Amino acid sequence: MSTMIKMVRSLAAVAALAIATPAMAAGANVEIDYQSWSFAGPFGFYDRAQLQRGFKVYRENCSACHGLRLVAFRNLAEDGGPSFTEDQAKAVAAEYTVVDGPDDFGDMYDRPAILADRFPSPFPNEQAARAANNGAYPPDFSLLAKARAAQRGFPWFVFDIFTQYQENGPDYIYSLLTGYVDAPEGVAVPDGQYYNHSFLAGEFISMAPPLFEEAVEYTDGTPMTVDQYAKDVAAFMMWAAEPHLEDRKKIGFRVMIFLIVFAGLLYFTKKKLWRNVEH
Amino acid sequence: MGFRYRLNIKEDATLAHNTDAEEPNRRDFLYIATGAMGVVGAGALVWPFIDQMNPDASALALASIEVDVSAVEEGQSITVKWRGKPVFIRNRTETEVDEAKSVPIADLPDQLARNANLPADADASDPNRGVEGKENWLVQIGICTHLGCVPIGDAGEFGGWFCPCHGSHYDTAGRIRKGPAPENLLIPPLEFVSDSTIKIG
Amino acid sequence: MAGHSNYVPQSAAAKWLESRLPVISLMRGSFVDFPTPKNLNYWWTFGGILFFVLIAQILTGIVLVMHYTPSTGAAFDSVEHIMRDVNFGWMLRYLHSNGASMFFIAVYIHIFRGLYYGSYKAPREISWILGVIIFLIMMGTAFMGYVLPWGQMSFWGATVITNLFSAIPLVGEAIVTWLWGGFAVDNPTLNRFFSLHYLLPFMIFGVVILHVWAFHTTGNNNPTGVQPKTKQDTLPFHPYYTMKDLFAIVVFMIFFSWFAFYLPNYLGHADNYIEANPLVTPAHIVPEWYFLPFYAILRAVPDKLGGVVLMFGAIAVLFILPWLDTSKVRSGAYRPLFKQFFWIFAAVCVALGYLGAMPAEGIYVTLSRIFTAYYFAHFLVILPMLGFLEKPKPLPASISESVLKGGSGKPAAAAAAPETK
Repeated sequence: MSTMIKMVRSLAAVAALAIATPAMAAGANVEIDYQSWSFAGPFGFYDRAQLQRGFKVYRENCSACHGLRLVAFRNLAEDGGPSFTEDQAKAVAAEYTVVDGPDDFGDMYDRPAILADRFPSPFPNEQAARAANNGAYPPDFSLLAKARAAQRGFPWFVFDIFTQYQENGPDYIYSLLTGYVDAPEGVAVPDGQYYNHSFLAGEFISMAPPLFEEAVEYTDGTPMTVDQYAKDVAAFMMWAAEPHLEDRKKIGFRVMIFLIVFAGLLYFTKKKLWRNVEH
Repeated sequence: MGFRYRLNIKEDATLAHNTDAEEPNRRDFLYIATGAMGVVGAGALVWPFIDQMNPDASALALASIEVDVSAVEEGQSITVKWRGKPVFIRNRTETEVDEAKSVPIADLPDQLARNANLPADADASDPNRGVEGKENWLVQIGICTHLGCVPIGDAGEFGGWFCPCHGSHYDTAGRIRKGPAPENLLIPPLEFVSDSTIKIG
Repeated sequence: MAGHSNYVPQSAAAKWLESRLPVISLMRGSFVDFPTPKNLNYWWTFGGILFFVLIAQILTGIVLVMHYTPSTGAAFDSVEHIMRDVNFGWMLRYLHSNGASMFFIAVYIHIFRGLYYGSYKAPREISWILGVIIFLIMMGTAFMGYVLPWGQMSFWGATVITNLFSAIPLVGEAIVTWLWGGFAVDNPTLNRFFSLHYLLPFMIFGVVILHVWAFHTTGNNNPTGVQPKTKQDTLPFHPYYTMKDLFAIVVFMIFFSWFAFYLPNYLGHADNYIEANPLVTPAHIVPEWYFLPFYAILRAVPDKLGGVVLMFGAIAVLFILPWLDTSKVRSGAYRPLFKQFFWIFAAVCVALGYLGAMPAEGIYVTLSRIFTAYYFAHFLVILPMLGFLEKPKPLPASISESVLKGGSGKPAAAAAAPETK
């Protein structure tokens, strides 16, 4: 076992340097305001009420420009998500129109969405989206919480292995939504753009500050602040990007327990087997 | 120390004649526990590899469709796709219905209705095959129960369907009358949600 | 291989089979009765671990292919379909994508174990060279596999790496066009990469058999580097090393699961969750971590052809390593000077990996050049010279003697040290 311990020690030393940060994205100077998330860590889970609120913020505030094309309406009612009832999810679906067809005359036609449909995008294609938004392209939300990450830098990316930090996306989204601050003196903000100290792709963003106090009605007494909206919609987007997160962590825990016990038994079996061998 | 020593002795003694069915000692227990755990682990590991081939969530979500049948005149049929399979929807003529009703159940090779909307032991009488309350409508999965071909409509010796692959004849109620098919054409779960719209699945 | 088998067929059926196809005695000779040095430490378990990871990658890969669509229009969405809709799809996909990283972690440890204990030295040169070939095919497989999800990093990684070949004089451009099957990375490229990504693991499997065959012919190396002399120096592979390897594999699975279940995207890159866009390059392209040292070497050279030559040279030098090391002593445990240079070399490789992830500017470029020069100097200057300059510690007479003195290398050498001083 002593070689084993030595190995672990030398491996740890090498690994501390060897494992390069996954998120060496541009924008080294962005301000990230780290939040505590219910879905962080080995026992993380989504806060149902938060996902439902986040969905409401998305529906009423974001969906006019941002799509959610990989998420199906049925997902809203699935386990490990916002857990709407099936009837609620059906009602949401019915408010959206999707194109179907061709019918018997060869024409495409509109119909209300059903559970099996995925969220229709607000624009038919990227060109249409840009044309409607002064040349800016509002990204689809389905994967955004996994497609954005601010640089962690040394030594944080080493600690992240042990703390299981994987919430780069929601932290960035929250920071961006609350990151509209006054431009520093001497910085001229171009027309049609806004200064944001958390934006990864430069300091100016084409999206106007999207959230305002009391813009979305919460009925459960949760404060209706920009801060709260940003948190809720970031959590919702994390679920949209990783709908099986709860399953993954639950199964992972069982796998870990199993493997640790199995490794223990194997260790003693191996030791027993080798007890009469000088090695 | 003494305890350990004794244990070792016992083990060695067991080793000497371990062919006998003796009480399992600690060493055997360790091996059995490790082996059992390995078997359990391998079993649990196999499941995701098998289950991934089952219908996925998007396939299961497409379980039901709604069909507008207002344009289907008496004596006409349409074929729609449900779960990737053809479904025959036929507006039967009175003659066809009467013909189907006149056949004694005892003469049928398969005497069960094969109707997902009825109990499994319902008999193959014509009312049990048609849509309840709308006996002229016959809705059935267009897959021959022999080996999965799609039968041809208005054909065969019984005026219903005929499967060209191996010569199965179905009557005007979609019941097998002659040929190798073992069962009547299957009837999917369905209901009329309005006078002219059928929901299948 | 079969020569080591103690197998004597007992039943009539076994005798019948043995006289026609001696597969049982072959397997027994190779993996049951095979005499293995009894002093192998846990660094030696990485061969077994690698075999496990290879099989795991092949199995998860085969089932992922059942749901994946290799077409530029559908690839990205089909991967998301796996992640969202397919039963356990997320698990299989995360196991496969993290499995690639695990494969490289294990293979790098395995290679450095060989470097430290002189496993490349005569008579094991062929086994070593086959190992380098496996490493090369692995790199190709991993690279092409990374293209399949058709994200931004997939696309631009494919573009940059295939463009390396354009550095070849005269025919470079023609080769790149041929690789692409068009004038940019596109649908034909994706389809051929998919085909090869499926094929290459089975080629790896084949070369692995040769790799094992070769060192089963010469016998395993061991921490002392001294060939086994008597039966006392070896143990049958089963059950001693099967159990030891199995234990190590399960410990490795714990490490693997930590990433696959809790940090599934840690080793990946966020940009690969954006669908490939041939019109926009991400701000900062970085290959997967396991290519970073080579990427640093590539960028260290200001000349296009020179960078490509050096990068491939960094692997090519491994092929001639058995003839570059002039020392008569095999194991680094008895080579005090070599030992220090070994650790410096390991640190340089790690540093190159770090630099590969940094932007190619300023101090990072300077350091990349220094470390690149050292990388080659280690093989081409230091190793050949050490053989003449170094005074190795006395070797144990046999594996058993080394074991009785308390283990491989150090303690035995320590016991001998007073006499040599």
